[in-house]
Amino acid sequence: MTAPPARRVVILGAQSAIAEACARRFAAESASLVIVGRDLGRLNEIANDLAARGAAQVHAAALDLAAEQRPAERFLEWGHRIGGVTHVLIAFGTLGDQTRMESDVDAARLALETNFTAAALWALAAADLFERQRSGVLVAIGSVAGDRGRRSNYVYGAAKAGLGVLMQGIAHRLHHAGDARAVLIKPGLVETPMTGHMDVSGRLWARPEEIAAIIHRAGAKGGPVVYAPARWRWIMLAIRALPAFVMHHTRL
Amino acid sequence: MTAFARTERLGSWGRTASFEGAVARPRFAGDLPAVFSDPERPTTILAHGLGRSYGDSCLNPGGGMVSMRGLDRILQLDPAARVLRAQAGMTIEEALSILTPKGLFLPVLPGTRYVTLGGAVANDVHGKNHTTHGSFGRWVRRIGLVRSDRGAMQVSPDDPDGLFAATVGGMGLTGLIAWVEIALTQVQSTDLIVEDVAFDTFDEYYELMVNHGDSDYRVAWIDCTRPGYGIFTHARHAPIGETQPHPRTKAFAVPFDMPGFLLNGATLALFNRAYRGLKRRRHGPRRAHYSTFHFPLDGVRDWNRLYGERGFRQYQCVIPDAGGREAIWEMLRVISKAGDGSFLAVVKQFGRLPQPGLMSFPREGVTLALDFRNRGQRTLDLLHTLDEIVLSAGGRLYPAKDGRVSANHFQYMYPNWRELEARRDPAIQSSFWKRVTRA
Repeated sequence: MTAPPARRVVILGAQSAIAEACARRFAAESASLVIVGRDLGRLNEIANDLAARGAAQVHAAALDLAAEQRPAERFLEWGHRIGGVTHVLIAFGTLGDQTRMESDVDAARLALETNFTAAALWALAAADLFERQRSGVLVAIGSVAGDRGRRSNYVYGAAKAGLGVLMQGIAHRLHHAGDARAVLIKPGLVETPMTGHMDVSGRLWARPEEIAAIIHRAGAKGGPVVYAPARWRWIMLAIRALPAFVMHHTRL
Repeated sequence: MTAFARTERLGSWGRTASFEGAVARPRFAGDLPAVFSDPERPTTILAHGLGRSYGDSCLNPGGGMVSMRGLDRILQLDPAARVLRAQAGMTIEEALSILTPKGLFLPVLPGTRYVTLGGAVANDVHGKNHTTHGSFGRWVRRIGLVRSDRGAMQVSPDDPDGLFAATVGGMGLTGLIAWVEIALTQVQSTDLIVEDVAFDTFDEYYELMVNHGDSDYRVAWIDCTRPGYGIFTHARHAPIGETQPHPRTKAFAVPFDMPGFLLNGATLALFNRAYRGLKRRRHGPRRAHYSTFHFPLDGVRDWNRLYGERGFRQYQCVIPDAGGREAIWEMLRVISKAGDGSFLAVVKQFGRLPQPGLMSFPREGVTLALDFRNRGQRTLDLLHTLDEIVLSAGGRLYPAKDGRVSANHFQYMYPNWRELEARRDPAIQSSFWKRVTRA
């Protein structure tokens, strides 16, 4: 049996706990990695660790992902650095404060632009690349919040829902492009710094490592929509099926 | 924004003490100094790893806690020089899974792999090879500390103001341990050649310890219900074989608190006899992976729940060789007379290598570790009687396992305690330290 060809992975939003846990899984398989985030010091801290864990190469790139004008060029540039791109993981996003976003236009715009517009533009650029290559896996992190609007986080949810439809379309498009694929991951409740202010004591909360294992698996095989952990598929099925008069009485 | 936004409950392994309050979870090195300057920082804080200390040395009720688990990165790994520098929240489990495929190994392993490197330094943990390798701290070459009064700094064993020695075994009181640099050993295989030998008298135990002095690891389990009976186990690294980390499979987890009464005198005697009987049936050396030898209890997740919802008390002491035999014999007699007993009574030898820390627990002699189901005052009284035997034999207790020793007794056992107090970070405190330094 021959070893599979080395993975060459670009991770956008590499400073998040889920993204870092994913990167460690790729590193352990001697992948080459480009990790992109906002803070070069923190990225270097992560990059050192990934190299020690077995990554063939790690390149850290500090960038404002929401402001980037030429995502396609960035992919080419990073591809040159690590000898091509086989996987792109879009892992950046911001939860935002729902109450504040209801009255503060700038806060709402920032959340919508980061979670939808920026993520969508990076996804489109990656789709182009993989369509031309006729291979490659694009994985984007959506959210179960995109499955039904709930008053506690519907701005975030709306952006993630939009990203979900976009990824669905890209998956359809790439179906006709050789081995190229697109996968949307929909995590449920995850214990990360993003949810740091919430009470995480319930049984539904997952650790970033569990989500990372699911994302890593989705990079190798599986369908275009993956709930993480899988039980959320059934939970969200139930929540989507709730009639409005019931839903409106909950505090979800 | 404050790092102490979340209120959480953190416990310790014996489940007799817990903490509820503000917990910060730093993820990057730069977050540590910010923990001290945080506008909402409680007056005192304490670093928390995996909470495997048994008593109250890893808790700070009334103050805040800093969970170090988010700082778990390798800073540098040099296989040729055999040195690992990693952030303090990395666990021994993670370190081993990275090191063993490269034929590298940690020189000292405690009885569980679910311990952070920071915790291993703060408690100067020991293993089954103390006579030849000393404690964990002896292999530490540098420590990164972040203090409220001095900021980020590093200390090494030649440090003139004694901050390194105060930090090793210093229970996290000398500053937040940010990273640890440790020397590694090399192994040809991750397998061990293990042999069990049954003994019927305590003298035989000492004979076995001496006769197998050249083994890499030596430990004995003793039957608390029948003083003198036990199993001596020794092991050496296999000279050739695979280098495989421990399996990643999920261990069986104890799903709920067992009713405490299930652990009574009768089941104890039964268990002890069955255990010894099982071990006796195996003759000669066998090959075993390091994880089954070093971490037998890690195979059962949450095994502390076996002791019921009231938890349990660990008791570990070391007694100098002169008079050690008699003192241990006396302790076992007192325990069996009290009708209490321990499922896992473990005996090991500590050697004469110099202790790296001001407050390091290991010293030359014999160490005995016991656990008792928590039965409130009755258990406390028994342990107090044991304290007196330990004290009069010139021995001392292991702070990581304690949750109740009196300030008087503690200060007598660790006359250096004032030197640690002098080097304590004024913004760091623990429930244990407050208790044992009371006048």
